[in-house]
Amino acid sequence: MYSIDHTDLGTPPSTSSTMVNIELDGRPFAVPDGTSVMRAAALAGISIPKLCATDSLKSFGSCRLCLVEIDGRKGYPASCTTLVADGMKVRTESPKLTQLRKGVVELYVSEHPLECDGCPADKHCELQDMAQLHGVTGSPYLAGDACPPRVTAESRAVAFEPDHSNPYFNFNPELCIVCSRCVRACDETQGTLALTIQGRGLASQVAASAAEPFVESECVSCGACVEACPTAALSEKSLLTAPAPVQAVTTTCAYCGVGCSLKAEVADGKVARMVPNRAGHANQGHACVKGRFAYGYATHADRITTPMIRATLSDPWREVGWDEAIGHAAREFKRIQAKYGKGAVGGITSSRCTNEETFLVQKLIRAAFGNNNVDTCARVCHSPTGYGLKQTLGESAGTQAFTSVMKSDVVILMGANPTEGHPVFASQLKRALRAGTKLIVIDPRKIALVDSPHVVAAHHLQLRPGTNVAMINALAHVVVTEGLVREDFVAARCEMPSFDKWRAFVADKRNSPEAMEAVTGVAADVVRAAARLYASVPNGAIYYGLGVTEHSQGSTTVLGIANLAMATGNVGREGVGVNPLRGQNNVQGSCDMGSFPHELPGYRHVSDPVVRATFEKAWGVTLDNEAGLRIPNMFEAALDGSFRGMYIQGEDLAQSDPNTQHVVAALTALECLVVQDIFMCETAKFAHVLLPGSSFLEKDGTFTNAERRISRVRKVMEPLPGLADWEVTMRLANALGYPMHYDHPSQIMDEIASLMPTFTGVSYEKLDRLGSIQWPCNDEAPEGTPTMHIDAFVRGKGKFFVTEYVATRERSTSRFPLLLTTGRVLSQYNVGAQTRRTSNNVWHSEDRVEIHPHDAETRGIADGDWIGITSRAGETVLRATVTDKVQPGVIYTTFHFPESGANVVTTDNSDWATNCPEYKVTAVEVVKVDKPLDWQIRFRQNRETRLPSRHTTPAAV
Amino acid sequence: MHADTLVRMVNDISEFFAPANPEAEAAVEVAGHITRSWDPRMRRQIVEIWQAGHADFSPVGRAAVEILAAAAARKAG
Ligand code: SF4
Ligand code: SF4
Ligand code: SF4
Ligand code: FES
Repeated sequence: MYSIDHTDLGTPPSTSSTMVNIELDGRPFAVPDGTSVMRAAALAGISIPKLCATDSLKSFGSCRLCLVEIDGRKGYPASCTTLVADGMKVRTESPKLTQLRKGVVELYVSEHPLECDGCPADKHCELQDMAQLHGVTGSPYLAGDACPPRVTAESRAVAFEPDHSNPYFNFNPELCIVCSRCVRACDETQGTLALTIQGRGLASQVAASAAEPFVESECVSCGACVEACPTAALSEKSLLTAPAPVQAVTTTCAYCGVGCSLKAEVADGKVARMVPNRAGHANQGHACVKGRFAYGYATHADRITTPMIRATLSDPWREVGWDEAIGHAAREFKRIQAKYGKGAVGGITSSRCTNEETFLVQKLIRAAFGNNNVDTCARVCHSPTGYGLKQTLGESAGTQAFTSVMKSDVVILMGANPTEGHPVFASQLKRALRAGTKLIVIDPRKIALVDSPHVVAAHHLQLRPGTNVAMINALAHVVVTEGLVREDFVAARCEMPSFDKWRAFVADKRNSPEAMEAVTGVAADVVRAAARLYASVPNGAIYYGLGVTEHSQGSTTVLGIANLAMATGNVGREGVGVNPLRGQNNVQGSCDMGSFPHELPGYRHVSDPVVRATFEKAWGVTLDNEAGLRIPNMFEAALDGSFRGMYIQGEDLAQSDPNTQHVVAALTALECLVVQDIFMCETAKFAHVLLPGSSFLEKDGTFTNAERRISRVRKVMEPLPGLADWEVTMRLANALGYPMHYDHPSQIMDEIASLMPTFTGVSYEKLDRLGSIQWPCNDEAPEGTPTMHIDAFVRGKGKFFVTEYVATRERSTSRFPLLLTTGRVLSQYNVGAQTRRTSNNVWHSEDRVEIHPHDAETRGIADGDWIGITSRAGETVLRATVTDKVQPGVIYTTFHFPESGANVVTTDNSDWATNCPEYKVTAVEVVKVDKPLDWQIRFRQNRETRLPSRHTTPAAV
Repeated sequence: MHADTLVRMVNDISEFFAPANPEAEAAVEVAGHITRSWDPRMRRQIVEIWQAGHADFSPVGRAAVEILAAAAARKAG
């Protein structure tokens, strides 16, 4: 069932710009060539009856309800499959048409009785609508002799049993009209192809994989089929308990950097269900299991809703009012600054909070604390992207819109696993791949896109962890030495001295695929073939993720990627570009908003007197002209005593940052730690003041996704603690003696627009009107900028950098012979604080470590064994999965559960330019052990007493 | 802050700039990078660490810190 406020146009839009003139029921209309008669009619306000068509899917023509009459054509063509033609004359209503359509509806109703009372789709069921429209209340086939032989349970291909196995939706075959919209949604929208129609004729039925329960099938629970189903055959469990939704509020997913536009359907201030917005620019009407279903954490019993304070970490928490908590925090920060100096305090902005909230936190730090000690969790994920793209292209952001991939001939996917980490982009990419785009995967692990039943990569460069720069240089070597450089592009668009220097560098034999084979472990001929493929097509695009940035040479790899794209002329139009896949929903936004200690909002250095003067004038303060501390520096400074107080909004540093022991020691050394979070996170255990946070459902604001797309977040319920995060920051600033006053986040956005040249044209009014805006949005681009660097690079001429490969200090040795690398799964998000508090645990209830059969065998490890993982930094125990997805010598794990302690073993090595930690390579040894460590067992027990069990209770239908 | 950590950070930065430039130019780049991205207390400390004769600086790293020391002296004087 699509969103309650969606008006369906029957078939997808045509992309043609040629207009065709037709006549509909005697009136003239002009529509784009390639439009279906059904869509043309809908655009003209005429709604033709339909059941198997919906505007997110290609037309199928199976229900025969949408019949029309067309002059000069025999019979009654289906309007969903018939395209308009110039001069066509169409009749959508006639007695004959009504009679035919009524017959069709009666047949459907004979298989699907209209027992609508209590059905979750009641009043939004398309079959019910069609029955009402045609005055059908029952079926003549169901009465007396007219009744055809009913299909017996035995004659069905599949048991006619309802399937409640998925925690979020039910499948009830009794209500299925076999329109196959679900099957097509799984194919076309999601790209998983989990569903089929089994059996024939009246005995046919929808089945997941080989007629398995949904939860055990290939289904990834994206919900596309549920959204597409015209009846309640596939419908959300939440609709059975929540009051029927009365309003749909358009908002933005708070999970990953795809930033899907969602409709929160609400009643009585509660979310009844979440449905992807078909008009959403980032997601094109799709979503994944997290955004679509896993929003229950927002009302979880673990939410903190009252401010708390304590004098020391050993004291119990004391619940207090907002004024007392904020007053206490402000007094402590002032005391610390008076005693240890202005630079002794700082703060962290959150990539899960809105742009407006992030802007306020950095403003508080710069204006009220009077220093630049502000950083954000992008430090630990994409800070090298900011650095590398700014240096080479001139702007710290990706160059394209997601839909650009449809115009790519070749995609290089490096250190990213979108089917798990960026699922809705993965669906888009799969659409491109099915349409013929070729894929090159550069990843130590065999990710799903390398080889799955429906997508096969042209090349998989399965390199050793930590050798990205060697690989990029080898690819560049082939481009430069085999005459694949787009010389005209480079000459016109780039700084020639930098190019010449780079060309000479990569052309050197030491960078050839043959020389680098020993380093990367990838055969030279495969590297050569991949480089030729990327460089020889009209449009080559590069997409990359944390597997690029979280390395000691993370920034070098980003520079190398930009070098490669510029040398091959692959920047500045659709289908090409350099595209970081951002982890958290608002990483792009938090960086844009000035969360780095050396940059004011809009990536402008604090030492720039002109920029500083603008902010000083607007904020009425003198700003510090020196860079402040980064997160790891704050920890170091806390340990040496020069840093004593910290304000952390919505980040769990104790769990997300590397080398946990070090982080814990630093946090414990602080005299005042103020944590603002929705849960009692790991970091909050070291806090003196706890300020309850609000979820994305409880406030207004904006998020900016990986395409630089700014989208509205809209409040659908009141903040549980009484105040939204931006209001809390505002109060803290006031208590510190720095006045801040905003009545609504739109006023914060107005201030942002007045201070950031790339945001001048952004306002809530324009966002409401356009739906979303990709920055830069200003006088030159009043409606935003989908593709960047079109005629020139933002920095003027593109600049090349020499990128020498330097091996990481984390090398395998006889003591630590394996390399541990890390990643994510679809159902869980980041440190799991949100998703672990939802039924998503059904798919991933523990982090496991993948080990190659060879490495497992030599150590006597079998699938499911507990194995101890030891690095130079620490030790943890996880269960083993023996698989050849990883190569020999490499092990892999996720880090969604605190008891996994992946960061207990990661070291404090970091990127040379940005100190982004080297999460992706840690030298380790593994041994078989009996059980997890004591602290892990404690964690697990704590969690299990609080979380929903793995087994979901079947909901009654 | 740990002297070893700061020295390691300087050396890591130097490893990027050293291969692409003659030593003197690389040192200028490294010093520039540090000036733009390090908090002043860390810059003060690294100069003190150099003055105390820490042995683990790479050649370019050492030259870069000399530049920082000279800049600090100019500012102070
Ligand atoms: S489950 Fe729904 S969408 Fe799928 S075939 Fe049945 S009625 Fe159509
Ligand atoms: S939920 Fe998604 S993956 Fe699962 S069957 Fe439906 S469309 Fe396919
Ligand atoms: S988690 Fe990402 S892909 Fe999934 S719905 Fe949210 S924004 Fe979209
Ligand atoms: S809607 Fe056209 S055939 Fe079903």
